[in-house]
Amino acid sequence: MSLTTRRITRTAAIAVVAALALAACGTTGPAATSASDGDLSMWGLSNAPMQDIMADSITAWNADNPDGTIGIDFFANDAYKTKVRTAIGAGAGPTFIYGWGGGILKSYVDADEVLDLTPYLTENPAMSERYIQSVAQNGVIDGKTYALPNNYTQPVLLYFNKEVFDQVGAEAPKTWDELLALIPVFTEAGIAPLSLGGQSKWPNLMWLAYLVDRIGGPDVFQAILDGKADAWSDPAVIEALTKIQQLVDAGGFIDGFSSIAADTNADQALLYTGRAAMMLHGAWVYSSIKADAGDFTSSGKLGYVPFPAVEGGIGDSANVTGNPSNFWSVSSKATPEQQKIAVDYLANGMLNEKYVDELVAAGAVPVVTGIENKLAASDDADFLTTVYSMTANAPHFQLSWDQALSPAQADAMLTNLDLIFLGQQTPQEFADIMNGTFGQ
Amino acid sequence: MSTSVDRKRTAVRARQRTAGPSGWFAVPALLLFGAFALLPIFGVVALSFTSWNGLGAITFDGTASWQKVLADPVTLNAIVVTGKIMLFSFIVQAPISLLLGVFTAGVQKYRALLAVLYFVPLLLSSAAVAIAFKALLDPNFGIGPVSGIAALRQDWLGNSDLVLFVVVFVIAWQFVPFHTLIYQGGVKQIPRSLFEAAEIDGASRVQQFFAVTLPQLKYTIITSSTLMVVGSLTYFDLIFVLTAGGPGYETRLLPLHMYITGFRANDMGAASALGVILVVIGLALALLLQRFGGRDRSASQLEGA
Repeated sequence: MSLTTRRITRTAAIAVVAALALAACGTTGPAATSASDGDLSMWGLSNAPMQDIMADSITAWNADNPDGTIGIDFFANDAYKTKVRTAIGAGAGPTFIYGWGGGILKSYVDADEVLDLTPYLTENPAMSERYIQSVAQNGVIDGKTYALPNNYTQPVLLYFNKEVFDQVGAEAPKTWDELLALIPVFTEAGIAPLSLGGQSKWPNLMWLAYLVDRIGGPDVFQAILDGKADAWSDPAVIEALTKIQQLVDAGGFIDGFSSIAADTNADQALLYTGRAAMMLHGAWVYSSIKADAGDFTSSGKLGYVPFPAVEGGIGDSANVTGNPSNFWSVSSKATPEQQKIAVDYLANGMLNEKYVDELVAAGAVPVVTGIENKLAASDDADFLTTVYSMTANAPHFQLSWDQALSPAQADAMLTNLDLIFLGQQTPQEFADIMNGTFGQ
Repeated sequence: MSTSVDRKRTAVRARQRTAGPSGWFAVPALLLFGAFALLPIFGVVALSFTSWNGLGAITFDGTASWQKVLADPVTLNAIVVTGKIMLFSFIVQAPISLLLGVFTAGVQKYRALLAVLYFVPLLLSSAAVAIAFKALLDPNFGIGPVSGIAALRQDWLGNSDLVLFVVVFVIAWQFVPFHTLIYQGGVKQIPRSLFEAAEIDGASRVQQFFAVTLPQLKYTIITSSTLMVVGSLTYFDLIFVLTAGGPGYETRLLPLHMYITGFRANDMGAASALGVILVVIGLALALLLQRFGGRDRSASQLEGA
């Protein structure tokens, strides 16, 4: 008996091990998303809906331009940010560099890694005139254009679940005090007032950016951006941080918010499952909720309002923060021939009629003007026109602080803001630490 | 007679010591080591005296990066967190893997099957383990709220008092199988005759474990402990995915701090200084553990077996 049974046991064990090893490979080794053959290289993000739209656009471009084809590869957000910088530093970056504008774009400009597009825009003004101008401004540094918007506008809104609001008979808050007043109402009903993906850290920042803007206006952050001494100690920053801690202490955010990761969309799930009543998040959340819980958006249960006004604050409550758009820059290390083709794509391939239509269909607002009719005719007309008018009418569109600041400052800010939310740091300590990061 | 035998034995030993394999055998390993370990270390030391943001020119900056790193309270905190994770991981992993190793070294069939099952976590990549645990520990959709067991409903990754132990647990879950394997091999090397002799002398199972197994495993324990302690300095991927160093700076250990400084904050000078600190700590620990185990590692423990 022993020999055969032993052999069977061993074979079975090996089979188990092999199966698990294969399963492990399956979870860790995503298949290549696309071939990257082409005369020009382009690195995009693997987020819905942009991945499909960009891939479609490139496929169409390559069919029409066999002499100047583009190979596109897609990466996950965080991985991309690290990879592209390392690649550019090593002289192996792509022809098209995907970006957010702000501090990182400035570091590329300082290192002379990206092409000045201004001469091309002077030659072909239609290229820049098509954009919502407050958005396009984020690709301009010292009066020169280094990046052109390539997708949709992403202001941050206060989302709410209309169903649970009806259940407790509440109205969407228009002021900070109304927001605070809603907290006990929802807590008594057994619903968390606010969802927050605190583990990812950057969702916390949306609260700080809006509060500082509402209390002290855009100049407060501009002073920080300009590196003015003690700019973080501005009373508006201190008051905003104090208000955040009051909100946390009042039980405004769902229990365990610092264990919730935004990158798995767990924070959004809390909203559409009715466990949380509200959530402050970017416009990209709409298409993602639409994908995950289509009934919720199509039945009109998802509500959205601008961030509430703060009583006594001097900031215009029509101001928005968020990501104005994403951008393409062209590598200055590409050959003149490649650069010419790249600019040609930016002028004619990107944001053409089909590209814009696909964006609208996905529930996103393209960063071009004159699309009101398209937005109004879409399935998501209400959301899209709200976002479009918010962006187009905003006196000031503040780029997310973590993108606008230098990377070293952004990292310190996000971690210290986490400590503010955890109640382990006072607003004054936060300001002192952040004042010490100037010049980094 | 006896003296001549002694002399002959000494002579044989001396010849064995001098007439080892040719030194040329070490050349391929030395070349690889030089190219992929020593050269980068020198590079990192050099970079730590410069200022570089990953793009553009590298400028010599004297000791500015070192001053910044050493004055930064986050660095000290990272070293303390690394020390805590190292200590707690060792305390948790060493006894469990030793006992499991001894257990699975038995000849019974069910133990062989269990050994295979214990081995499973080692087949998963750290990133996969971290993603799975992150989902399991989610405060709203994880195992706590789904199972309805109150004790599991904790803010596992967001509570500053808990998160370190969660990290230590997940690390142990992944690495205990590896150390179990080392101990299993070590136990199987012990000659049967030693146990038989102990049994004849009337030693109980427990006495056999402490008087025979444990002393015979001395070098296995040193190997496993070195890997465990020095390996703590490389627990990067798992913690990076599981907590990203949070909440606050609670689980930002030295390698993670180095990565964030280098590739998030783009301060390669400071990150290199942190890398040098990491290398020094790692080498010091490895050296200490080697000393602890005695110098003559090739001395036989099997005399008379």
